[in-house]
Amino acid sequence: MTHRIFISRDASALALGADETAVALQVAARARGLDAAITRVGSRGMVWLEPLVEIENGQGQRIAYGPVSAAQVPELVSADLFNGAPHRLRLGRVEDLPWFARQERLTFARVGLIDPVSLEDYRAHGGYEGLRNALGMASAAIVQEVIDSGLRGRGGAAFPTGIKWKTVLEQPAAQKYVVCNADEGDSGTFSERMLMEGDPFSLIEGMTIAGIAVGATQGYLYVRSEYPHAIRTLREALAIARAREFLGEDLCGSGRTFHLELRVGAGAYICGEETSLLESLEGKRGEVRYRPPLPAIKGLFGQPTVINNGTSLASVPVILQRGAAYHRDFGMGRSRGTMPIQLAGNVLRGGLIEKAFGVTLRELLYDFGGGSLSGRPIRAVQVGGPLGAYMPESQFDTPLDYEAFAAVGAMVGHGGIVVFDDTVDMARMARYAMEFCAVESCGKCTPCRIGSTRGVEVIDRILRGEQRAVNLAQLEQLCETMQHGSLCGLGGMTPFPVMSAVKHFATDFARER
Amino acid sequence: MTASTDLPVATAIDDILDSLAGQPGALLPILHAIQARFGHVSSEHVPVIAKAMNLSRAEVHGVISFYHHFRAHPAGRHIVQVCRAEACQAVHGERTEEHARTCLGIDFGGTTADGQFSLEPVFCLGNCAAGPSVMIDETLYGRVSPERLDELLQDWRSRP
Repeated sequence: MTHRIFISRDASALALGADETAVALQVAARARGLDAAITRVGSRGMVWLEPLVEIENGQGQRIAYGPVSAAQVPELVSADLFNGAPHRLRLGRVEDLPWFARQERLTFARVGLIDPVSLEDYRAHGGYEGLRNALGMASAAIVQEVIDSGLRGRGGAAFPTGIKWKTVLEQPAAQKYVVCNADEGDSGTFSERMLMEGDPFSLIEGMTIAGIAVGATQGYLYVRSEYPHAIRTLREALAIARAREFLGEDLCGSGRTFHLELRVGAGAYICGEETSLLESLEGKRGEVRYRPPLPAIKGLFGQPTVINNGTSLASVPVILQRGAAYHRDFGMGRSRGTMPIQLAGNVLRGGLIEKAFGVTLRELLYDFGGGSLSGRPIRAVQVGGPLGAYMPESQFDTPLDYEAFAAVGAMVGHGGIVVFDDTVDMARMARYAMEFCAVESCGKCTPCRIGSTRGVEVIDRILRGEQRAVNLAQLEQLCETMQHGSLCGLGGMTPFPVMSAVKHFATDFARER
Repeated sequence: MTASTDLPVATAIDDILDSLAGQPGALLPILHAIQARFGHVSSEHVPVIAKAMNLSRAEVHGVISFYHHFRAHPAGRHIVQVCRAEACQAVHGERTEEHARTCLGIDFGGTTADGQFSLEPVFCLGNCAAGPSVMIDETLYGRVSPERLDELLQDWRSRP
């Protein structure tokens, strides 16, 4: 009998020793004369349980154990792990764990379950049904379906995806483009990486649907160079999709064309800003463009371009597969569907949670996250990356909803939540926000380029206790200039973490050091 | 990370330019290919690239210097990237950062005297639920305490 075993190949699982565990299991199986077939899958998102080992039992159910280090493998094998025997590391079925069962997995439905580079696995789990439906529809009908789904850009700006597509569809042009912004540079976010490594075909399918919807025959997938594992997985998946005619001149025999090329970034955070990314794709310095014109009208190489975040694009296949209403029925208010939320930093149970909009920060931090990793009180969380506000405990009942977050001066962004315990020095974090902006500024506009450096200097004076009141007033004025005078979100939003730290954690700016 | 050069430099560059220069927006793919081949993009490469791409040398230099990933000088045998972003700071990544500088005896941007390691800051490796994160060449490590970093460096130092 062959024992089927599933272990993640996700970068975070590898970082915690998944390869070593896989090798140890193979060796242990051989030593006992057992036949073990190990499938490498994406991650279920429970990073604190990685390396997670799942063993298929006689009923076709996967029984999970975790975290399993290579050193623990002999002991587990002796306890009859291969037959799903009891052990203190045995977790049972992942689907039955409260952390997992309480999620709504739409975009991440397959991640952790399938072999990411098996087209057969992908199709057996509903993959390419969305494209098949789309190929039978008029362009305008596809776009309308995406509009009706209520999908908004998951990258941070939350602009309605379908409206963006409609604009591109309506442009008369010989050549249009679809660009996937997978330059996931925000600290505390890794959902796109997990998608690219765990279910790359969903992203490829989403881009292909976008292409036929707006009449674009060429797509570019821009991935950051800091993600070598995602790049490798995407390359494998792209080669398979091309060979099997899910990309190319004649998509699934439909006569429609869509080519897709992978491009690798080069370590510039600003290239996550869409116009900067387009400059980078054109082979230039990643300097932000003036808007208008919008990329939908004049984008890559001056042509109408759909540019969407990877999570947004990967959310499209299920909409075309199951209909707009299916997606729209999740969520609250004007935030429809689900959000992949990433719990990161000082949190006991960190990882990826996909949940309908409306879940509160407190539920995420305590029910899912289990509080801080250090066991100390959670003092602050930063939501939405380095440009997101720091939120104090008094705001933890805010529901995850674009409008509700905006109402308290925060943003959902890309759904990353970085948790800090009470040892955090918020004045230092404010300084860091300015320092980061100075390092990553593209240099095109003065408020960002110069303002960030001046911001570091002003905060340093506050930290040294020099004329605190005067310098705090100056910091506020500087932030106002940056917010309103910068060309893009980097300079324009760096004031959010800075001023939220000043507002909610004033004592950290007042104490002697 | 540093690749050996069997072919004369000029031939190798010509091969890269021949295969890539025709595609739209080719400069980044070309620079990636050159850095993968030579470990860096030297000032000697710049005029050759500029000529093939019909760009000025200033334009090519401007692109190389804009992106943190491209290096104008050779790096050490291994590149150690330590994450400095918020999620790693939340689990005291600054201790790992400080330890990296102290034990290697270099600052960010530096290379050890024996040429073994170059140390670089990185802003997020996407391993934010298992920080502090460190990447050595293309191998990612999570929960890297100062002690764990010592073990890793020892291991990488002894690799052939």
